[in-house]
Amino acid sequence: MNQNKAPIYEALEQLKQNKTVPFDVPGHKRGKGNPELTAFLGEKCLSVDVNSMKQLDNLCHPVSVIKEAEELAAEAFGAAHAFFMVGGTTSAVQAMVLSTVKKDEKIILPRNVHQSVINCLVISGAIPVYVNPQTSDRLGIALGMSMNEVAISIAQNPDAKAILVNNPTYYGICSNLKGIVELAHKHGMKVLVDEAHGTHFYFGENMPITAMKAGADMASVSMHKSGGSLTQSSVLLCGKDVNADYVRKIINLTQTTSGSYLLLSSLDISRRNLALNGFEIFKKVEEFATYAREEINGFGGYYAFSKELINGDSIYDFDSTKLSINTYEIGLAGIEVYDILRDEYDIQIEFGDLTNILAYISVGDIMKNLERLISSLGEIKRLYKKDKSRLLNSQYINPIVEMSPQKAFFANKVSKPLDKCVGEISCEFVICYPPGIPVLAPGEKITKDIVEYIKYSIDKGCVITGPEAMDISRLNVLKGENK
Amino acid sequence: MDLWYSEFHTKNVKLSIKVSSELLSEQSRYQHIAVFDSPEFGRFLTLDGVMMLTEKDEFIYHEMITHVPMSVNPDIKIVLVIGAGDGGVLRELSKYKTIEKIDLVEIDERVIEVCKQYLPQTACGFSNPAANVIIGDGIKFLRNKENEYDLIIVDSTDPSGPGEVLFSKEFYGNCYNALTEHGIMVNQHESPFYANDADAMIRAHKKISKTFEVSKVYQAHIPTYPSGHWLFGFASKGLHPTRDIKEEYWNRLNIDTKYYTTKLHKGSFCLPKYVEEMLKENE
Repeated sequence: MNQNKAPIYEALEQLKQNKTVPFDVPGHKRGKGNPELTAFLGEKCLSVDVNSMKQLDNLCHPVSVIKEAEELAAEAFGAAHAFFMVGGTTSAVQAMVLSTVKKDEKIILPRNVHQSVINCLVISGAIPVYVNPQTSDRLGIALGMSMNEVAISIAQNPDAKAILVNNPTYYGICSNLKGIVELAHKHGMKVLVDEAHGTHFYFGENMPITAMKAGADMASVSMHKSGGSLTQSSVLLCGKDVNADYVRKIINLTQTTSGSYLLLSSLDISRRNLALNGFEIFKKVEEFATYAREEINGFGGYYAFSKELINGDSIYDFDSTKLSINTYEIGLAGIEVYDILRDEYDIQIEFGDLTNILAYISVGDIMKNLERLISSLGEIKRLYKKDKSRLLNSQYINPIVEMSPQKAFFANKVSKPLDKCVGEISCEFVICYPPGIPVLAPGEKITKDIVEYIKYSIDKGCVITGPEAMDISRLNVLKGENK
Repeated sequence: MDLWYSEFHTKNVKLSIKVSSELLSEQSRYQHIAVFDSPEFGRFLTLDGVMMLTEKDEFIYHEMITHVPMSVNPDIKIVLVIGAGDGGVLRELSKYKTIEKIDLVEIDERVIEVCKQYLPQTACGFSNPAANVIIGDGIKFLRNKENEYDLIIVDSTDPSGPGEVLFSKEFYGNCYNALTEHGIMVNQHESPFYANDADAMIRAHKKISKTFEVSKVYQAHIPTYPSGHWLFGFASKGLHPTRDIKEEYWNRLNIDTKYYTTKLHKGSFCLPKYVEEMLKENE
């Protein structure tokens, strides 16, 4: 196929040339009906915010330009099939899980999965089996999946239908994807990869192995992260042993029938750009990140980590385009550094957790801004450094799964003050942003450690979501008779 | 032939200078550089279309950014100059035999080369044997410097171009850290008159006064800069620009100036009321 082509984009350009009179939705009629919005977003943008029509194909049942664009994407990513997704990578992850695991079937997954995965278990009724996660005390984060732990989980749960791998993690840590795929396939399990942070692996040089190359069955790729497409656009990839027509039926259960052409064209144009220029783009991003790491590590105190962490197992590989920085030694929580950068230095980074920050580096960056970020970190160390003993140095708490997330989520419940919840079974999620990994999922036992961790996170300025009580003063727990 | 250089000072105001010839127009890695000859202002340099200096009025800027700190602390021996690729600051610093070393960090090598070729009036400063020219980013150069300089002169472009970094809080913090106990930082501080310039001026003042113990502002009249009313910042770890001035000492040095006097020095810190109020609200 010719990767220079961008079928959806070309069809939209053609539509503009044709000057077709619109007597269909959207009602803003190429922006004319909403001048204020048109002035804000631009006429070019509104003129392609159109409904599906013959020459533009239909996302729910693609037969022409969308089909062709998806085929081009599949080729570019080395997949058997690619779906353009307009509901974010969340929708791609949910399609993966719903396509492979049914109610009361087991899925093996690490705890540091995105909220979307566990949300999907509430929808599907599947049972999570959490692989004992590897954590780094030094960095205070969950690492990749260890082969040994995966093997134990598979041996203990031979009836599991699928295994989900989060690769790379938000911080850039990769698991032994090829090893996991071989082992899982030997036991008849599908391998699903949340590759939200790995779009660039498919296009850069010397990158960690991609899900498709490793032989995984499905992968969710956030094109809008390192791929440059619009927010909420994403790609779902399928391997050769997946029935793509069944997957489409699953997608259509929850997908909008008015897929946005702004999102679709952004996927099409971004795929073309990555296929043609990705190599150069990610070379530059990697150089930026490497330079920043050297400078930041030169300050002492901070630890901008990279491939030196590789240990052959739980850190099988590392994505060196990521600028992840541990702040523990300067006695500041990552979230504190994140706040200081924003409030005092007008710099917005991706996130801060309890002991790390992540600055997202992309092709859109320029050197002088990188220099500002580096110098600001130097200043923060000079002006705000504290005693590190005030920090909680590890944030991973083992979940105790008592029942399926779906059962607990929909069960009869009672609201109790946070402190009185120890020993109860949670009916809701408690998710701490950053890093967006569940502290509690429905169906899990609430321990003293968990309550302490929630309080510490609130105190450090993390945003906690999930519970009905917005201030997290109370939690909904399982009512007596359900236990 | 009717050839004019025009610069928009605001969306609605522009300054035009009749040009007799264009000597150079090129795009460097960082910015557009041009040199013109004019009947009224002599030769002048623009960066990204913005006036940097003219042969006729550059003395005002260069004298005021240099002699004000030099007369407050005669013990200044090690100096860092950020920007100033035209050499004008170096020329003024050359008048002090007590200075032992000057590091000049300019990001754009082409500015220095162009000035050496077309503007010897300021570029003569580069012949100063104490000067050590470094091509690089000022903020990067300063990052790990501590207690090294007695004076830092920030001769930057506007915050919209490559000079943006030189108006950041982290840069001012780096300067503070690089200065010695009696250190002084002087910077090009934009103008209080037109709204856009005033906004940049206020933001710079806010950041500097949060960083330094002493943060004062002084003024000069520079005809070719927007509104002609231009400000400089004087920041230090303790030295006060008017109370600590060594007037007699400086006058005994018999330094040749055209604009600066110690009397003017003291007066230049007396600001118009509206400027004082703007600054006060943002300290």
